[in-house]
Amino acid sequence: MVKDQEFLKSKASYCLDLAKKMGATDASVTVGHSISETVNFRNKSLEASDRSDGLALSIETYLGKRRSSISSSNLLDENIKTLIEKCFETTKMTPEDEFNSLPDKDLLAKQISSLNLYDKTRFENDKKIKYLKDLEESASSNNQIINTESSFTENKSNFILANSDGFCDGYKTSSFSASCVTVAKDENSMERDYEFSSKRHLSDIKQASDLGNKAAKQTIRKLSPNKIGSEKINIIFDKRISKGMLSVFASAISASAIARGTSFLKDKIDQQVFANSINVIDKPDIIKGMGSQNFDSEGVHSNTLQLIENGILKNYLVDTYNGKKLNLQSNGRSGGTTNLYFENGNLSYEDLLKKNSKSLYITETIGHGSNLVTGDYSVGATGFLVEDGEFKYPVNEITIAGNFKDMFKNITLANDLELEYSVNSPTMMIEGMTVAGK
Amino acid sequence: MSNFFNKSDLTRQDADKIVSETLNNCDDGELYLEESRSESILLDDNKIKSSNYSSDLGFGFRAISNEVVAYSYSNEISKDSLKNSSENLKSTLKSIKGTYNYEIPKSNKKFYEDINPIEQKTLDSKLEVLNKVNDFLRKKDGSVKQVTASFAGEQKSIEIIRSGGEALTDVRPLIRFNVSVMLEKNGRKETGVYGIGGRQSYDDYLKNDNWKNVCEEAFRIASVNLESKPAPAGEMKVVLGPGWPAILIHEAIGHGLEGDFNRKKTSAFHDLMGEKVASEGVTIVDDGTIDNRRGSLTIDDEGTPTERTVLIENGILKNFMQDRHNARLMNTRSTGSGRRENYRHIVLPRMRNTMMLSGNQTQDEMIKSVDKGIFAVSFGGGQVDITSGKFVFNCTEAYEINNGKIGSPIKGATLIGDGPSILKEVSMVGNDMMLDPGIGTCGKAGQGVPVGVAQPSILIDKMTVGGTKL
Repeated sequence: MVKDQEFLKSKASYCLDLAKKMGATDASVTVGHSISETVNFRNKSLEASDRSDGLALSIETYLGKRRSSISSSNLLDENIKTLIEKCFETTKMTPEDEFNSLPDKDLLAKQISSLNLYDKTRFENDKKIKYLKDLEESASSNNQIINTESSFTENKSNFILANSDGFCDGYKTSSFSASCVTVAKDENSMERDYEFSSKRHLSDIKQASDLGNKAAKQTIRKLSPNKIGSEKINIIFDKRISKGMLSVFASAISASAIARGTSFLKDKIDQQVFANSINVIDKPDIIKGMGSQNFDSEGVHSNTLQLIENGILKNYLVDTYNGKKLNLQSNGRSGGTTNLYFENGNLSYEDLLKKNSKSLYITETIGHGSNLVTGDYSVGATGFLVEDGEFKYPVNEITIAGNFKDMFKNITLANDLELEYSVNSPTMMIEGMTVAGK
Repeated sequence: MSNFFNKSDLTRQDADKIVSETLNNCDDGELYLEESRSESILLDDNKIKSSNYSSDLGFGFRAISNEVVAYSYSNEISKDSLKNSSENLKSTLKSIKGTYNYEIPKSNKKFYEDINPIEQKTLDSKLEVLNKVNDFLRKKDGSVKQVTASFAGEQKSIEIIRSGGEALTDVRPLIRFNVSVMLEKNGRKETGVYGIGGRQSYDDYLKNDNWKNVCEEAFRIASVNLESKPAPAGEMKVVLGPGWPAILIHEAIGHGLEGDFNRKKTSAFHDLMGEKVASEGVTIVDDGTIDNRRGSLTIDDEGTPTERTVLIENGILKNFMQDRHNARLMNTRSTGSGRRENYRHIVLPRMRNTMMLSGNQTQDEMIKSVDKGIFAVSFGGGQVDITSGKFVFNCTEAYEINNGKIGSPIKGATLIGDGPSILKEVSMVGNDMMLDPGIGTCGKAGQGVPVGVAQPSILIDKMTVGGTKL
């Protein structure tokens, strides 16, 4: 059983009291407990089981404008005492920083509404095994599939965030995740692909057979790929890749990147950064949402933010420290975005495929080729050549490249958004990128 | 050395008893105990931005029978907690019986000292170095707009208890010092990053004001990039400089030669043992035994002493990297490559220091032989798709080559290739093998472990460069 609020609260107040007693002017502490159980399958038999049970504690102590932090997994009172002593000693020696402080009291979350983020259902390992058996039966029904690996993870967590201004709150969350990786082989090639489902509530997880079938289908269609020539081409990003563009955007508008001047979107507030049909929303209060939260990692209340309105940048993601530096109020985004998504575009998925006589449909990218300072983008890619709306053949060993500043302005979105994960996008087309191949 | 048995009601005798009784009917397994202390101190934007200290303690209990691995971890070292884990393992393996393999090789060689680098340098003197870095770079040139510098240090003590009571221990220090600088000139911004580190004390790396060299190198890379032009797109010849560019070897070949992917036949290399996978003259080893290197280990995380494993010899595929589990299932021996990020994770076969050995050509000869291509000197990260064999890595410092001469610097671009065939495209191997500066972390299945790489300059006849200029 995951530890209850009372246990975590008692540890948190023990830490705050001790820090105060030692002379800290302010302090904040997070105590969390998480239990997770995973079962792994391979080729229709049990491969591994993994149970983890972990406590975690992190404390920040302040002496005026001096601050330092410690973290530990050892919650014995004696150990906590030693660590807080060490933390406070370090704080004394750390130089002052005028922007260090706890969040403004009136920004702290006051009411906690239920977002239904916890499902107490216990999915026993035997049931996980049954699910994975069904999944792999479906995944391996085609004889081109030569290897299947799948796993099911159940996680239950609880936490308390407390600070010396009297904030003390937290709540339980759960997650259930199933995933499947399949390998297919023909005379020319061997390919791998995957499918997964991750939800707060067990009953929302995709059916085992659907997951297995989809992974297999996505893998088989990649067999016998071609390499294409180097050219300028219209690129269509499958949903699982297009949401990555939002993650890049979120990193580029974090107050920390803006304050340090290391973002290609610095000083772009109220300016056009996306095509004028584009709207981007970050909504923290979606019921059962994978990214939902009542408050951010500092206890600050978070509202829904329209980040992009008709292509124009409206907000940064602001935490207390960097907000003070930029002269902005925290908007409850210490720790990043919550449930982030592009609003739907106007075209259907089919019309997006047909919009150009030839395009490249990308299903996977590899490499870390996003430069947030310059906006340059260059990654390895796998996908399909699409002609007149039809998938012609799989393509691999190519790269795609461009610069986000241009790419963002050339985005066209389909109308197939689903709010499945913490970052969500419809299928996306970007015109005028470069593919490097033969 | 940590004593794990003075922390609660759990005695060594209890632990031995629970371990032996749990693993009695299994093929392999162990109790892995770990205590680590780590710090990170960051200077950023003219200030000490954060100083964090962390201590972590816990155990991971593993039981293996046939192909099934049962694992349970907790950060509470107590009799109850260990018994709970034992029950959990037994319930997974209840219907599978095995015969415990007591054999584990021994060695008394050590590749680093039992030190705690965090305590060997005072906080004050660490802060002083970071402030000196900031002042030095900001005074150096008006184009310097941002400086980030950091120290990261760790001491990790482990103890492995096997069925029958055999115990193996190791104490592992690790440090890293990093500098990143951003320049702005004529409206263009570029960054340069450089770092050093390994399994010694901070001052072993920082003596003789060596921090200045780290600053100079980061500044040089950023300056070069301020002048960079768009990179070309398409297939061409690529000359790789010595040292850190060996992450090509790590991604293209290394991951594909890890035992688990080959046992499962999901690696593009699984049916190529004994075959020619590289040009003649190409020899690649994975070595855990180099003194004080980031990827070196006295014993791996299963207790096996590490070694120098020859992966490819003169172009022929010779060995995979193995942990005990995959070795047993493939009827071979562990190469001391069983590693985990910490007690929260299962052991996987992983790389240590992966190196291509020197040949006898010079970098000059390589560049002179290229009509049109690129010369890549420094890299960010890389990634590989084990199954298709396709891999990428990102240049952070590269130049055009035109008619045998190095030309303008080019913007960062991704290079993509095919693992099983790329080493057959290596047409020249340099005489200038160099180790990387000690900064690599390899990710696999969500676990990061410190690794090293090394190589001489090499010429690759054909690779796809992912620029924007057609």
